[in-house]
Amino acid sequence: MARRELPEINAGSMADIAFLLLIFFLVTTTMNVDSGISRKLPEPQAADYVPPIIKQRNVFDIVVNRNNQLLIEGTDFIKVSQLKDLVVAFIDNGGGIGNPMNGNPAEECTWCKGAKDEKSSDHPNKAIIQLQSDRGTSYGMYISVQNEIEAAYVHLRNVYCLDNFRTSYTQLQKELKEAQGKVAKAAIKVKIDDAKKHYPQIIAEPEPIK
Amino acid sequence: MSKFRKKKKGLPAISTASLPDIVFMLLFFFMVTTVMRETELKINNPVLPAATEVKKLEHKSLVSTIYVGSSKNKNITGDKIQVNDKIINYTEVQAFILAERAERKEEEVPFMTTSIKADKHANVGTILDIKEQLREIQALKISFSVTKGDVNLNF
Repeated sequence: MARRELPEINAGSMADIAFLLLIFFLVTTTMNVDSGISRKLPEPQAADYVPPIIKQRNVFDIVVNRNNQLLIEGTDFIKVSQLKDLVVAFIDNGGGIGNPMNGNPAEECTWCKGAKDEKSSDHPNKAIIQLQSDRGTSYGMYISVQNEIEAAYVHLRNVYCLDNFRTSYTQLQKELKEAQGKVAKAAIKVKIDDAKKHYPQIIAEPEPIK
Repeated sequence: MSKFRKKKKGLPAISTASLPDIVFMLLFFFMVTTVMRETELKINNPVLPAATEVKKLEHKSLVSTIYVGSSKNKNITGDKIQVNDKIINYTEVQAFILAERAERKEEEVPFMTTSIKADKHANVGTILDIKEQLREIQALKISFSVTKGDVNLNF
């Protein structure tokens, strides 16, 4: 039988395919990115430090007990899902006069949209969130509460930025990350800092209940 | 004309069929040898809580990680803290951070972040102990490592 020789398949491009695969995987593999809720701890205080006197109406008291139950303002049991709106309402209340800002005399909160309730906070820069947890509280619950507080601040800053800069706070942060060049970055940073100054995060975490 | 034909018959093309094999071998070699420097956990792999307001940690070289979780030995209860490759007491956290600082350039120290990877069933008491230790040595930037998700699944 006459054997016709089969033409050899050109395998030269196989290498290219392999390289393409190699590069594709190199690019797409993400080494599990670490993400989390970032917090800045308060600086350690000197032993003789005298804490300032704060009005009770400026403190939003959250207590989490060891059964992972939430108690706010010493009176109401709530669910985690209700927390954000309550925190927003408290910070944004604007019922009085705040601390002086950029050297200006103390003023009312002109950008607040809250109810201006006499019994709630005076001003966002006076409003303190106090998170009192128990040593036995589960970490998951603690993070949930921290997350809701963070969400409340992000919400308020978003509203503020939309009113003043026509973009949301989250969008600004995204832009900051993508911005090229120092000038562009500085311009966005100014806006972010402005939002942060109008809604500063003041969270106090006293010693846990033993 | 005939002269040219003769030349063509001369050298056979080098077979490149084995080139992909070589490339694949390289690919496999690198895949096997690359170790993503992940510390070997002496505790049970912490189940991170979920949250929505997450921020990506940048500058990975400036992050020191503290793990909190339960011991692999079932007879030991309570939370265990692990840094690098060993389980420590919470009072040793400061020593760990100071050692981490010593490895970095001085101007980078203020930007160092401590990432706490804790199990969602861990006790807040342990976390707050660590926080207090960090606060004392001015390691103020911390990040609670979480996954993206619904907060109602945390408890």
